Amino acid sequence: MSTTLSPKPGAARPAGPDTRPEPLVRPNREYQVAAFTDADAVERPIPNWQRVWNQTWLRKLVLIVLLCVIWQVYATYLDNELLFPTFSETMRSFWSNITNGVLPARAWSSVRVLLMGYSVGVVLATILSVAAINTRLGNDLLETLTSMFNPLPAIALLPLALLWFGLGNGSLVFVLVHSVLWVVALNMHAGFLGVSTTLRMVGRNYGLTGVRYVRTILIPAAFPSILTGLKVGWAFAWRTLIAAELVFGVASGAGGLGWFIFENKNQLEIPAVFAGLFSVILIGLAVENLVFRWIEKKTVRRWGMQN
Amino acid sequence: MDQSFPAEVAGATTATPGAAGPETSTMAAAPDTALGAPLLDVRNVTLQYRTTERIVTATHRVSFQVFPSDRFVLLGPSGCGKSTLLKAVAGYIPPEEGEFHLNGQQITGPGPDRMMVFQEFDQLLPWKSVRDNIMFPLLTTKRLNRAQARERADYYINKIGLGAFPDAYPHTLSGGMKQRVAIARGMAMEPKILLMDEPFAALDALTRRTMQDELLRLWDETRFTVLFVTHSINEAIKIGNRILLLSPHPGQVRAELESLPRNTEDGDAQVALEHRIHTMLFA
Repeated sequence: MSTTLSPKPGAARPAGPDTRPEPLVRPNREYQVAAFTDADAVERPIPNWQRVWNQTWLRKLVLIVLLCVIWQVYATYLDNELLFPTFSETMRSFWSNITNGVLPARAWSSVRVLLMGYSVGVVLATILSVAAINTRLGNDLLETLTSMFNPLPAIALLPLALLWFGLGNGSLVFVLVHSVLWVVALNMHAGFLGVSTTLRMVGRNYGLTGVRYVRTILIPAAFPSILTGLKVGWAFAWRTLIAAELVFGVASGAGGLGWFIFENKNQLEIPAVFAGLFSVILIGLAVENLVFRWIEKKTVRRWGMQN
Repeated sequence: MDQSFPAEVAGATTATPGAAGPETSTMAAAPDTALGAPLLDVRNVTLQYRTTERIVTATHRVSFQVFPSDRFVLLGPSGCGKSTLLKAVAGYIPPEEGEFHLNGQQITGPGPDRMMVFQEFDQLLPWKSVRDNIMFPLLTTKRLNRAQARERADYYINKIGLGAFPDAYPHTLSGGMKQRVAIARGMAMEPKILLMDEPFAALDALTRRTMQDELLRLWDETRFTVLFVTHSINEAIKIGNRILLLSPHPGQVRAELESLPRNTEDGDAQVALEHRIHTMLFA
């Protein structure tokens, strides 16, 4: 019975020990490993073009150049400077506004306010999330505040801010803090919660408590998450600032990039509007690819927390 | 604090290892005054932990004493509360009942006089190199200045055979290497007692054997006191000079045994002791 296999596939039963042969007994064998002489086959340099192409910045640069070419071709075809100026026209305007000092002054004015609001927001976020990780009440406070204020657009607060702080940097800093604070605090808190129990115990084993514990254990361990929060916060701040300047014109004394764009739109200097937008993009790219990339390389990548 | 006598004392006062000597009572043995003051004194400790629905007793009235230079092993099946017991010695969990005394002082919280080696590979700080990981507790407890800490870190890095990688980051190391660094970090602090929570359990079998041998070699050189948790009878006999057997649910002391002498070639004694422990734990 056990020696005959059922020919019908439907009645096939799983092959059991009685239907399979015993494994063959084979003799032991030993081999001599010959010395490996062909060094080229073991290690070989990467071809030069591949090495160049492995540079992230180069690949990104190629993409940007490609986009600019498409822009130029399409705008030339459209041939309407009021609606869509060409890339070369935009660059000409950009260059002339750089050389006459207007654009750098406006950009600096924007970045200065931005940095103020951003740093205040980050400091407040740190305080809030440290309180949240250490006490239950702090946790409740953070959760309540973020669920209340995070969905509130910063721009919606600007009219109030103008009433409270007047026309000036004060009101801009206020809305910037609002746009940065909640997202950074949320990410920081999530990062703290994600720190492994083992690392926490290690820190306490060293006798670390309070601020030292947060600074030397929690913050580095939660750094990937914190960095994400900082990046998103930075983008939020930029958007809020430009929008605020656009909507309310010159809120601060000197006027920033948003004001520059607004002004030039009113004078139908459309290439200059594009030049203004171009500067916003340029600064964003620089911060993302130079500042944040550098921080990432020095921290989370080096520590193996991010690949 | 370099005492080598307790090993001899312990050997002289206890029954021949492996021989089926008279069973002690299941309750804690009365403190043996002849041995002098214990380094770690665990007295009638009951530990509990809370889940959302219930309170679970992890250990019930456990008592034992660890003397200087002991390689004291807590052995038991899973659920006997041996890891919880170790964490309580480390100060992470306050006892529901009973007390822990280290050098006569009651343990109230975690501290660098009881360095812990965890089972998990992620116990090294990922943002610090091997050397910085070992230096960090030395610096943060202000025990040594930077130059001295570096010197001591390098000494222990060489001791664990990682002399070629002092600047490597933990994520570039293998599991065995990470555990070695964790052990070096603990030893470099020269704690009163080194607490090891199944440090080799997550390693492959070959690496585990190597690590056990290395731990014993390091012990031969410095005679540190170690409290070692394991669920492997084999590992307990190999590592420990004294073995505390815990029964599960809740953990209670089943026996406290003397292990076999180091480098014993007596396979029969080994088998006999393993069998004896096995019977006590599972019969």
